[in-house]
Amino acid sequence: MQSIFHSFLVRHGKEVFRGGLGFAMIGDMSDKVAPFEKIKIGWFVFSCSEDNTIMFTELMNDHWQEWKRIFDFRHVKVLKKNNIFDAFDIAFVEGAIASPEHEERLKDIRSRSTKLVAVGACAVTGLPASQRNTFTDAQKEAVQYLVDRFGALPSVKKVADVVAVDASVPGCPMNTDMFLKAVNGLVAELRPELVEAVQAHI
Amino acid sequence: MHQLTIDLEHITKIEGDASLSITVEDGKATTVQFKTEEYKRFFTEALKGKSVMAVPAHLSRICGTCSNAHIMAAIEACEMALDIQPSKQTEMLRALTMHGLVIRDHALHLYLFCLPDVYGKDAFLDFDENDPHQHQLLHDGFAVKSAGNFLATLVAGRSVHAMYPTIGGFIHFPDEAGVREAIERLKGVREAALRLVEEFRIAPFHFDRKTDYMALMPDDTYGYINGRIRTSKGEVYDEKRYRELVDHVVLPYSQASAYQYKGDPYMVGALARMNIAKGKLHRNTRESCKEALALFPSTDIFHNNLAQAIEIVHSIDESIDLLSKNTIEKEDIIKKPYREATGIGVIEAPRGALYHKIHMDAEGKIVDGEVIVPTGQNQINIEEDAGRLVEGLVAEGETDVERITWELEKLIRAYDPCMSCAAHFLKLDLQLK
Repeated sequence: MQSIFHSFLVRHGKEVFRGGLGFAMIGDMSDKVAPFEKIKIGWFVFSCSEDNTIMFTELMNDHWQEWKRIFDFRHVKVLKKNNIFDAFDIAFVEGAIASPEHEERLKDIRSRSTKLVAVGACAVTGLPASQRNTFTDAQKEAVQYLVDRFGALPSVKKVADVVAVDASVPGCPMNTDMFLKAVNGLVAELRPELVEAVQAHI
Repeated sequence: MHQLTIDLEHITKIEGDASLSITVEDGKATTVQFKTEEYKRFFTEALKGKSVMAVPAHLSRICGTCSNAHIMAAIEACEMALDIQPSKQTEMLRALTMHGLVIRDHALHLYLFCLPDVYGKDAFLDFDENDPHQHQLLHDGFAVKSAGNFLATLVAGRSVHAMYPTIGGFIHFPDEAGVREAIERLKGVREAALRLVEEFRIAPFHFDRKTDYMALMPDDTYGYINGRIRTSKGEVYDEKRYRELVDHVVLPYSQASAYQYKGDPYMVGALARMNIAKGKLHRNTRESCKEALALFPSTDIFHNNLAQAIEIVHSIDESIDLLSKNTIEKEDIIKKPYREATGIGVIEAPRGALYHKIHMDAEGKIVDGEVIVPTGQNQINIEEDAGRLVEGLVAEGETDVERITWELEKLIRAYDPCMSCAAHFLKLDLQLK
């Protein structure tokens, strides 16, 4: 799965870096389309293994040059130190919601984001982070003191239990083709003028 | 008396979420708490009652970036319990799985997390493409990561939560075209990996601390799966005796556990491995990294980064050898009947020794289990070093909160903690009184 921008660049003879050292610089899109405001991205992690964060950094191996041009990685803690928590065009949320603080944080993120995408199994279904919800009585009794000590919720929740979700990318780790499809769709929805301008040059 | 309070949330570019609280009184760090903030997901409790066959995929979900190491440790534990001896080819494919993990995981840590500190950048993506050197590093970083990702995907199905390795063997095998491409990709990034070694050989950050080191290591090679547990004191332990090496320490303020060895803190990870076994590295690695290897054994915690860079070269060299000198053929999975037994799996994950233990009943159901992760073993050293670092800065008259914070972040990144394993982002609460 490639993005519309990748297709555009390849058709114009600008081979995108594919992982070896024999890279070619992609063309400067500003030559082809009018200046545009980058899409503000937030990536937020709750209770999970962060496998989707890792898959995101692996997708960057092929897409970093293109993403750097169109995305403003405004709050992505795995990538940068100076993160800005203001408003986001797209907020990606990984992980299940395990505490009242998580719930409040997620609601805050939702209120600042035009689109919110749940990524990975824990965000989309709750599992496996929510596995204690299905414990036997004996298992629940064994872990309850730790649930209480750290003020966790009685039951762990999926993201859609707390806020409205615009798109979901399931999988453990997330399905990367579905992730790119969701990103492409949201870019087209949020920046139709950019897509039109790019397509006019194809 | 000078008083200063720092409340910094979210130290970035580590794996997961943690907080750090430090109180300094009269120049002494009286309280240092490195807390993992991740809410417990109770993986060992959830093991109970599961089929032994489900254990590797289950325990893999403890951590994304270390997932393939958890799979390897869990498979080893389950195979010991089932009395399965893997084939030579299976051992080779598992070694390749670990090499792919080491290349990908170390590259993420060194390029994306640590190099921005060296170059005074906020993020790796901020490197200047018009500066030839930074341009080279930027492209190197994603190329090296990609090569490790390709190797892991080819051999294990995925670089995260691998699908092909299983109890008794592999369910899918690399084809010849894939093997050829992997060799080419690995050869293609070797020079980039050597440039990375040089970056961290000359990097200006240093912090000396004396401690004990511990690592699993084969007798004759530098590997991540087999061997015996060795300490920097020269002691050697069979894997089955691992519990004699790790004394559990309860941290009431953290969601994670800490460990000591004979009452003292110790360190695991690339620095430990390099200090204990640098002479066992691939001969081409030893030849290409002579100048860097002369710095080991080292008591400089920042040489953990250098050791990781050298390990990338080693994993590239080992993988090229293994892929070039072996023909991979389809093999049946080895199966054995269930029995009541205990199994232990010990793996050198990228961040250090990883222990899995399971006890199953005669029906193959798990009765109990235990997982000890590297970050828990480094926890006490991290706290002691953070306290000593701040004491030193305060003694120099440093009161700049941003400077103190940055120094602490660099130190903690050098340990490469994985808070998804132990728990999750660093929030600093520093009080100077």
